[in-house]
Amino acid sequence: MVDLRTEIAGVRLRNPTMLASGFLDETGGSMARVYEAGAGAVVTKSIGPKPREGYPNPTIVELDAGLLNAVGLPNPGIVEYAQEVKRAQKGGAVIIGSVFGKDADEYASVAAKMASYGVQAIELNLSCPHVKGAGTEIAQDAGAVRDFTRAVKDAVSVPVFPKLSPNVQDIASFAVAAEEGGADGIVAINTVKAMAIVPELKMPFLANKFGGLSGPAIRPIGVRAVYDICEKVHIPVVGVGGVGSGRDALEYIMAGACAVQVGTAIIPKGLAVFEEITKEMASLLEDAGFGSVSEAIGVAHA
Amino acid sequence: MPKFEVVPILELVRETPTTMTYRFRGDFGGQPGQFLMVWIPRYDELPMALSYLGAVKGITVHDYGDATHAFAAFSAGDRIGIRGPYGNAFRLEGEKVLAVGGGSGMASMIAAIEAFAQQGAQVVTAAGAKTAAELLFVERANASGEVHIATDDGSRGFAGFVPALAEKLVDREKFDQILTCGPERMMKAVVDLAKAHTIPIQASLERYMKCGIGICDACSLDDRLVCMDGPIFTAEQLDGFEEFGKFRRDKSGRRIPA
Ligand SMILES: Cc1cc2nc3c(=O)[nH]c(=O)nc-3n(C[C@H](O)[C@H](O)[C@H](O)COP(=O)(O)O)c2cc1C
Repeated sequence: MVDLRTEIAGVRLRNPTMLASGFLDETGGSMARVYEAGAGAVVTKSIGPKPREGYPNPTIVELDAGLLNAVGLPNPGIVEYAQEVKRAQKGGAVIIGSVFGKDADEYASVAAKMASYGVQAIELNLSCPHVKGAGTEIAQDAGAVRDFTRAVKDAVSVPVFPKLSPNVQDIASFAVAAEEGGADGIVAINTVKAMAIVPELKMPFLANKFGGLSGPAIRPIGVRAVYDICEKVHIPVVGVGGVGSGRDALEYIMAGACAVQVGTAIIPKGLAVFEEITKEMASLLEDAGFGSVSEAIGVAHA
Repeated sequence: MPKFEVVPILELVRETPTTMTYRFRGDFGGQPGQFLMVWIPRYDELPMALSYLGAVKGITVHDYGDATHAFAAFSAGDRIGIRGPYGNAFRLEGEKVLAVGGGSGMASMIAAIEAFAQQGAQVVTAAGAKTAAELLFVERANASGEVHIATDDGSRGFAGFVPALAEKLVDREKFDQILTCGPERMMKAVVDLAKAHTIPIQASLERYMKCGIGICDACSLDDRLVCMDGPIFTAEQLDGFEEFGKFRRDKSGRRIPA
């Protein structure tokens, strides 16, 4: 039997699959259901200081190339969200609370509230508008990545995992900035900036015009990002982007990730995807002569 | 069907002062009770039940907000985006069916009423509305079986709410199953009625939706999703829900009174 247990900065998981932020995690009932279906942990929807409706529809569309979305961070706000975390905890779920804000102080205060609900770690969604950098995201300013991470680290005692954007020149340098800010781990990647236009209507599909691409198309981008990051930092890395099978997960693990997150693959495969990935991963690892997931982490760097 | 397509509207039919039917070609299947995500360009994308199956599909839209109001001013030839069909379908169980519809809820049930009658079932419809002019699809239901009418203001048929009319019908005759769609509190009353008479029931629920494909969690009801696990639920499922008839979610995901 291959040992599938893994650990990220002290957060212990029964298997290396996690629910990615933004999927079935606005409500406690859904998070409990995903955990029950076999995920090793669930990451909450990114929660901000106050309720937010997000962008008008259309916000999500399936393309041949993947899933395109611009939901615009809808969330019930950190105060209301307490009851959702509580409901998910009733189901026994390992929960990582994803947060965002408009500045470092807001990140810190939302993270502190989230931590007080008893989540096991905090994930920082840095793919949000940067008030100081007209049109850019926090994740595109290495100084901001470091400072925001530091501010949150100072406010909570649970591990903090900044989530990086692939929409930068050199993602590894941002991971280094996060490590300098005291990050306990790195999550990579968020969606890839993208757009779809509907010729018959002569307009973009999304109400927000631009959005983020996810799904199989971005897996090679994510794997490369994780591989690069692992060469530069000493903290654990969680791989996200296009994971839908055990084989996909092993790409990230062998690139150096100690766990993976799964989002878009839920559309074709349903919640059974978590169990499917773990089973397939176990049999592939066994065939390759590994006794545990941890033995396979980073082996592609040899 | 491709995951998304743009279709011209072939025909608009005014059904009542506040509802309009839009017909368009759609070479995809579609079962009674399923819905499409319909993009009204420049306004919104909303879940809408298929009110006509077959090659020329139809949706019937209640004008209740900015987007649906703008949609009411569309003309034949204007284009809309559609994706789907999504969700589960009404299932025929037994030989005698009671369909209880409130207001525009008839739009979600009319395809089932017609399909079940065609499959040989005896279908009785109880259709309710605020007032006579707002009654939807009475003629279509009438072509598929007996129709009983309730209006809140008594302008036609039974004066009162449609669950009270339904109660008279189940007291009088035996039904093998009940279908219902309408405002949630109305459906709650119909579900309670079905349970009291131990008649199996299928209720079609409505929630705010973004994705329609089971990922965004906007339409969740306890730990189920209206887009994927529904929109049609049985009394056994609804019994397990704390939120049915009591809470829904606003666009931010906050739990608010239904
Ligand atoms: C509809 C949707 C909503 C998302 N919301 C968030 C979010 O709130 N916070 C976040 O950090 N990432 C969010 N993401 C990004 C995912 O967490 C993930 O990084 C991305 O989808 C790539 O993984 P996948 O290919 O497995 O989906 C969202 C993605 C989608 C498609």
